[in-house]
Amino acid sequence: MKTPVSPAHTPSGKTFTLTDAQKLELFHAMKLTRECDTTILRLYRQGKIVGGAYTGAGNEATAVGSAYALEQHDYLLPMHRDMGAHIVKGQSLRNIFLQQLGRAGSLTRGRDGTGHYADPSLRIYGNISHLAAMIPMAVGIALAAKMRGEHAVVMNYIGDGGSNVGDFHEGVNMAAVMKLPFVLIIENNQFAYSTPTSKQVAAARLSDRAIGYGIPGVTVDGTDVLAVYQACREAVDRARGGGGPSIIESVTMRMQGHSASDDASYVPKGMLEEWKAKDPVATFERALIAAGILDGAGVKDMEARIQSDINDAVAFAEASPYPDGADAAEGVYAT
Amino acid sequence: MPTLSYIEAISRAMWEEMERDPSVFLLGEDIGAYGGAFKATKGFLDHFGEQRVIDTTLSEAGILGAAIGAAVVGMRPIAEMQFADFVTCGFNQLVSNAAKIHYRWNLPVPMVVRLPAGGYIHGGPYHSENPEAWFFHVPGLKIVAPSTPYDAKGLLKAAVRDPNPVLFLEYKYLYRRIKGGVPADDYVVPIGRGDVKRDGDDLAIITYGSTVHFSLEAAAILAKEDGIETRVVDLRSLKPLDVDLILDSVKATGKVLIVHEDHLTGGIGGEIAALIAERAFQYLDAPVRRLGSLDTPVPFAPPLENHVLPDTQKILEALRALNRF
Repeated sequence: MKTPVSPAHTPSGKTFTLTDAQKLELFHAMKLTRECDTTILRLYRQGKIVGGAYTGAGNEATAVGSAYALEQHDYLLPMHRDMGAHIVKGQSLRNIFLQQLGRAGSLTRGRDGTGHYADPSLRIYGNISHLAAMIPMAVGIALAAKMRGEHAVVMNYIGDGGSNVGDFHEGVNMAAVMKLPFVLIIENNQFAYSTPTSKQVAAARLSDRAIGYGIPGVTVDGTDVLAVYQACREAVDRARGGGGPSIIESVTMRMQGHSASDDASYVPKGMLEEWKAKDPVATFERALIAAGILDGAGVKDMEARIQSDINDAVAFAEASPYPDGADAAEGVYAT
Repeated sequence: MPTLSYIEAISRAMWEEMERDPSVFLLGEDIGAYGGAFKATKGFLDHFGEQRVIDTTLSEAGILGAAIGAAVVGMRPIAEMQFADFVTCGFNQLVSNAAKIHYRWNLPVPMVVRLPAGGYIHGGPYHSENPEAWFFHVPGLKIVAPSTPYDAKGLLKAAVRDPNPVLFLEYKYLYRRIKGGVPADDYVVPIGRGDVKRDGDDLAIITYGSTVHFSLEAAAILAKEDGIETRVVDLRSLKPLDVDLILDSVKATGKVLIVHEDHLTGGIGGEIAALIAERAFQYLDAPVRRLGSLDTPVPFAPPLENHVLPDTQKILEALRALNRF
């Protein structure tokens, strides 16, 4: 479970100060993310989720800390472990659960599930299942943003597995050559479905890939939300300032199976226990309490608020109608 | 009306659309400083600048993915594949990404992919491909395949203005071989509308692209030598098909030959034949005939290539057999 960090792969050390209120905002987003994922698994077991259930347990610091580095007018292209990024970018819980339950009122009108939606009002463009295919598309958004002088940055995510797909190379290389405002987070969560990173990549670090593209690449402790934020903020600022793209490898552990139907029996004994000691949410909670920013009562209040918000969203989504079957024929083409 | 070659008409369409709409831009390999492998974008870089005429890395998936991303946020990219054959390297971007975005997200994807297609140029197995059937199957894509300079300009303009991903097949064989009248002013040829390129009421050919010209030659010979009048229908758009024009042509003639340069098996001709069987069977006086390339890769040496591809003589023979039935 060592997090590989060497000077060449460490952020510059430049610190971006966060206020106590901002740290609490980060913590709230991480707690909410965890609770959303837990609720999705519960609904899945109750047979209420349409299709599979994919969660981001262990990835909360990565998803939340990275998206927190974005401005409102920046673009977010998250993937299926990044509930926290959706939340930080401003997506409502009602929209999130409408998507999970395949309802008519969801952002995809029931045509696609989970985070596979787009919400142009928030500049969120969800993934397709061929995750790496989103990289060239994100690069195209960055190209458009640059052409129009938006001073906007595009943040996109890929996994340790997806980083081996050809689209990764074509997209990152194009962004590097064109010096586009693009930040790619590689979530190294140790497993691509059942295949460990060691069987996917021979390089010591996934951020080493950046060297070949002539762009900065850093590796951060993906269980530490502040570390993730610092590295991403630096990359986002550089991209916004015309300094081109960056790769950030965020090292963490996928604490559950690939999907709810995967018992993850291939994970070596003891590995989960070892990583549990670095649980991103619990670690940050302890740090905030130790710093006097939060106390036990504050945590309880927050938990109650989160539970009530989620209950509202789930009830709303469950009470919402499914789309009419015949509606499936509509909307293949824009008119 | 000025006379332009087929490729000049394509250039004119891009030029005028870029002048008209600042969101239109070009991206592809060697299209800027070099002006494109076939010189379709010669002079564009000097006039429009490198922001709008983008020489990309050698990266079909990158070009197509970037075009999708730019289109989804409101730009109107025209992506060039250097040869239609190479679109396979970016296949997933078109079929899994571009084609499904509007259905899933209710967002337009106004992009054009230019595909220099087809054989008759001794390009061999990797520079002669006709890729339409691969994409014909995919809901969410549109495909056009003009055969004349007039249609090329009008259809490319229509494609640029369309809110969907449009694959624009352009035939290398026709680039400089075919010239025709092209209005200097703005016009569009609507996507989904075919055109009768020669009238006749004895037989009908339904075709598109390069084989329109061989079909017209064959029809002229048949009229002169046999006194048989053949209607030549140029589909112009493959997706969507002009179903009404196809069915009307069956009703008008009762005998139909479908011709395309692409391979016969799994080709678009099969779909057209099925459509006729379902909706106009009672008007047929003979079984529907199809003529396409042999089911082989397009070979390199001229005698081999000639053997594989349809030509005027093969069409003429098929028409005579159809007439005899």
